[in-house]
Amino acid sequence: MRDITYTAALREALFEEMEIDESVFLIGEDIADFGGVFGVTKNLLQKFGRKRVCQTPISEGAIIGAAVGAAMTGLRPVAELMYVDFILFAMDQTVNQAAKLRYMSGGTVKVPVVIRAQQGCGTCEAAQHSQQLEAWFMHTPGLKVVIPSNPYDAKGLLKTAIRDDNPVIFLEHRMLYSARQQVPDDTWTIPFGRAEIKKSGKDITVVATSLCVHKALEVAKDNHFDIEVIDPRTLVPLDIDTIAESVVKTGRLLVVHESIAQCGVGAEIIRLITEQYFKAFKTAPKVLGGAYVPMPFAKVLEENAVPQKRDIIETINNMMKE
Amino acid sequence: MIPIEKKIDILRIMYLIREFEIASRNIFKAHLAKGEFLGALHNCDGQEAVAASIGAILRKDDYVFTTFRGHGHSIAKGAEPKKMMAELLGKKTGYSKGRGGSMHMFDPSIGLMGGNGVVGGGLTLAVGAALSAQYRCSDQVSVCFFGDGAAAIGAFHEAINLASLWKLPVIFLCENNLWAATTPIKFGCPIENISERAKGYNCVGKSIDGNDVYTVYETFLSAVDRGRNGNGPSLIECKTYRHHPHCMVIPEHRPKDEKQMWLQRDPIPKFEKVLQNENILSNHQQEKIRNEIKKIIAEAIKFAEDSPLPTVDTLYDYIWA
Ligand SMILES: Cc1ncc(C[n+]2csc(CCOP(=O)(O)OP(=O)(O)O)c2C)c(N)n1
Repeated sequence: MRDITYTAALREALFEEMEIDESVFLIGEDIADFGGVFGVTKNLLQKFGRKRVCQTPISEGAIIGAAVGAAMTGLRPVAELMYVDFILFAMDQTVNQAAKLRYMSGGTVKVPVVIRAQQGCGTCEAAQHSQQLEAWFMHTPGLKVVIPSNPYDAKGLLKTAIRDDNPVIFLEHRMLYSARQQVPDDTWTIPFGRAEIKKSGKDITVVATSLCVHKALEVAKDNHFDIEVIDPRTLVPLDIDTIAESVVKTGRLLVVHESIAQCGVGAEIIRLITEQYFKAFKTAPKVLGGAYVPMPFAKVLEENAVPQKRDIIETINNMMKE
Repeated sequence: MIPIEKKIDILRIMYLIREFEIASRNIFKAHLAKGEFLGALHNCDGQEAVAASIGAILRKDDYVFTTFRGHGHSIAKGAEPKKMMAELLGKKTGYSKGRGGSMHMFDPSIGLMGGNGVVGGGLTLAVGAALSAQYRCSDQVSVCFFGDGAAAIGAFHEAINLASLWKLPVIFLCENNLWAATTPIKFGCPIENISERAKGYNCVGKSIDGNDVYTVYETFLSAVDRGRNGNGPSLIECKTYRHHPHCMVIPEHRPKDEKQMWLQRDPIPKFEKVLQNENILSNHQQEKIRNEIKKIIAEAIKFAEDSPLPTVDTLYDYIWA
């Protein structure tokens, strides 16, 4: 075993897949000489050269569009967006094009593109640099959505994303880049659609994503209730069976994420579970998600716009009372 | 000819921008030392001649759309340093009441239509403000500041095409500081002068020395005249350089000799020399203005530090009109 960061894990995945498959290449802003502003692609230029580490102008529409076009014609591009907020310049290429080409072409066209985007909050970067948009992508048929919470998952899922024949939105949380974990010496992949029970428990099911997995685990660690923490890891496809099994066992479901609660990930998970397993509930299921507000700048407001550990504890206590 | 008082005013604003930037970096570092991160801070030291010259020409009711690197433009448009400093600290008394931070300072009452975190995000909005001026039969102009990097955004082309087609009073003001984050201009733009693009849109284009106050002033003045007289947009490219890395969290990576060369072209000493040669600025006067500026900045810092933070119960304020 060895200790690596989330950043290093992502870089290993890129490195390995680029070594195995000549058709894999990277495209994005500041990714070559500087290695990406978050350092994920550091040294890949030295190893693979400019042909395969394509540093672009600030042109998100062209980055995603070119990646999609290249994917339609036999390559496996991995595009990097510095902040997911900027994919909004490329929503046509992502939503109107990438997501629909396979279907519109009656299955004749294939779009094996990965769009890696950094997102998250916690650094006071305000409303245009702090969005977490997984729900937007979940709402679009034809896009897979991956949201790893630790180095092991990041590497294994990114490798799978690159090998997948469909467009994959791969969302990295900026507060996780420095997260460390013991991982195996050799390599691995993780299949999509497999949630992981990060901690098992029998009193309440907490489904959490991305940074909130860590918040939930910390709460679960020294809590007098026996909390089960599940990380779906991929939102499309979503492993609803693992969550359902847990809810049938505990009778309580709390979903925690930083992205906005309204029309969000938690709402969808609860819809799916409630429709089929309504009778399993001992208490109403609940979502702790981002507040319905553009992300404010001031730390004191930012902290209160997303769920914190104290909110998770309080909500669990209330749900356990019922 | 620029009136003497205006020249001194321009110098004052240049000093004020420089001191504000120095102070903002110091505050950022002091907070970081306490483990507090104040978000993204993009300073504009080195680019003061552009902002200050333009500010001297615009009327209060003209519009300015700026970027994430917008402290200088905001000051030049008349923003108060104390409210800017308070915003940097996320205070209730700041321009955006702690919601915006360094990148998002707005004051519509002085035509400051905000900083933008999205590269090129202001380009089409500036076109809209110009459309509004034309619609209302006003002779206001709308200025959009953007970087060389933003000229690669699709919105740039859409904005300038529409503005030219409809003869809108927009001035597209590109500050080409040779770098977009860590990407050199040669990886971002295949032509030498971004203003050449104006031709493709039947628009007036000029590339000039952005560190020379008189050049910026004169070029901008004729662009404003064009706009006010209904003759359509202009694209002005000011060649300049930022003295510091892209933002506080990115280390310096630009070639030393390039930076050294541009530091020698620092617009502030350059303009001081011009004014001294014209005998309108004495050492004594220079010192006096500098001291006044230092005082303004010190007061701004004190105001910001003494101001209260927004309270949590106001989290949902200002979502709706
Ligand atoms: C649409 C978009 N893409 C990427 C970014 C990240 N980013 C912020 S500033 C910047 C470089 C901007 O360069 P330029 O436009 O030349 O302005 P300068 O920094 O030189 O003032 C980048 C890539 C962003 N904010 N918005």
